Amino acid sequence: MLTKRIIPCLDVRNGKVVKGVNFDAVPDTADPVEMAAFYNESGADELVFYDITASVEERKLFDDVLRRVAERIFIPLCVGGGVNSIEDFDRILKAGADKVSVNSGAVRNPELIREAAMKYGDQCVVLSMDVKRVDGRFHVFVKGGREDTGMDALEWCRRGQSLGAGELVLNSIDTDGVKNGFDLEMLQAVAECVTIPIIASGGAGKMEDFSQLFKLDGVDAGLAASIFHFREVHIRELKRYLADCGVPMRL
Amino acid sequence: MSVTAIVDYGVGNLFSLRSSVKALEGEALVTGNPEDIHKADRILLPGVGAFGDAIAKLRNTGLVPVLEKEIAAGKPLMGICLGMQLLFEKSHEYGEHAGLGWLPGEVKSLAEALKIAGEDSLKVPHMGWNSLTYTDTPSPLLKDIPEGSFVYFVHSFYATGCEDSLRAWAPYGVSVPAVVEKNNVFGCQFHPEKSGSVGLKILDAFLKL
Repeated sequence: MLTKRIIPCLDVRNGKVVKGVNFDAVPDTADPVEMAAFYNESGADELVFYDITASVEERKLFDDVLRRVAERIFIPLCVGGGVNSIEDFDRILKAGADKVSVNSGAVRNPELIREAAMKYGDQCVVLSMDVKRVDGRFHVFVKGGREDTGMDALEWCRRGQSLGAGELVLNSIDTDGVKNGFDLEMLQAVAECVTIPIIASGGAGKMEDFSQLFKLDGVDAGLAASIFHFREVHIRELKRYLADCGVPMRL
Repeated sequence: MSVTAIVDYGVGNLFSLRSSVKALEGEALVTGNPEDIHKADRILLPGVGAFGDAIAKLRNTGLVPVLEKEIAAGKPLMGICLGMQLLFEKSHEYGEHAGLGWLPGEVKSLAEALKIAGEDSLKVPHMGWNSLTYTDTPSPLLKDIPEGSFVYFVHSFYATGCEDSLRAWAPYGVSVPAVVEKNNVFGCQFHPEKSGSVGLKILDAFLKL
């Protein structure tokens, strides 16, 4: 039976892992390679890295970090942040990633999804989006959650799938950093309109939040950062707990 | 140190495969050179993307007769993911394409099979960690792996009619062939280079053949 996945997310800046609370960065926590090794040994099913650097020099540093992780860690690696072109896909895949997550770059140029899916396969292309409620509808936000694109998130999920995205990451701005559970209402709405795997992000604060999440059949994975980084939730314990709750898990 | 040739025919990302062989303290040579392949102790045939495109690219390299000669001489070869699917006689992925025909069987749409099985609520691609169930014939690749171990799959088409070569399968609405084997030709539908410690053990078993 296919298992549900638990995915720690590492935001990397200047060669170090950082974690934003409601998108405001707090100081560096640790070395990405060591953290990746730790999570691999803890039973993480996949790792997501976000490159939150701005300059070209820092980007080179990120690629180097990614390469060092990929030489040591043999589970799927997904990388996002600053992906705006096919050249970015190429650069990231060559540094050892298996999947590339595209966010605002796809909002600006939806054809990037199709182009990348044609070149590297659907399984390589992850469409990630930051979603927030506006007047009772789900809107897609960009620029770290500061700018409302006015786009309907459910429509964007459908379009992303038809353009060739192989997976979706849904990050709820409404629940992110609040640690009071995933945005089940939004995730359920998305699950009803796509057939590709859905990764839920934003809002995990405790183990029960994951058992609630996986009651939604359409959700395939739960992603979190700070609760894992700060050891509030240990991945191995979480997976054992979820297995006891009847959620299919790789133990 | 023994040498593993990873066949480079312009398909897919070979970084992880090469890194995993190196992590197992083997020498990995990503190559499209017939001489390198001849000198290597064993061969890995990778592959991602669409069958038709991959088989065309592989044929265009002129390496197919080279690989056939090495296999006939008894050199171990393992196809991974699409690389495994190429080993069969035929694929029905976007049209009909002749495969290498080294293993009996055909590659068909998983989505259609799930529909026929009444399991079409399952998503395609079959992506993520799934467990291995063994057939009655043991495989040297799996000798150190307990049945039920999890490995990482990403694929939308699957092998059919391969009962004789089947060594392990994964349950996903239908039985998805996961490890196949005929003499010195092996195939893994999943990615051993992405399947954590279980995957590394399977690769290590191949490196020690």
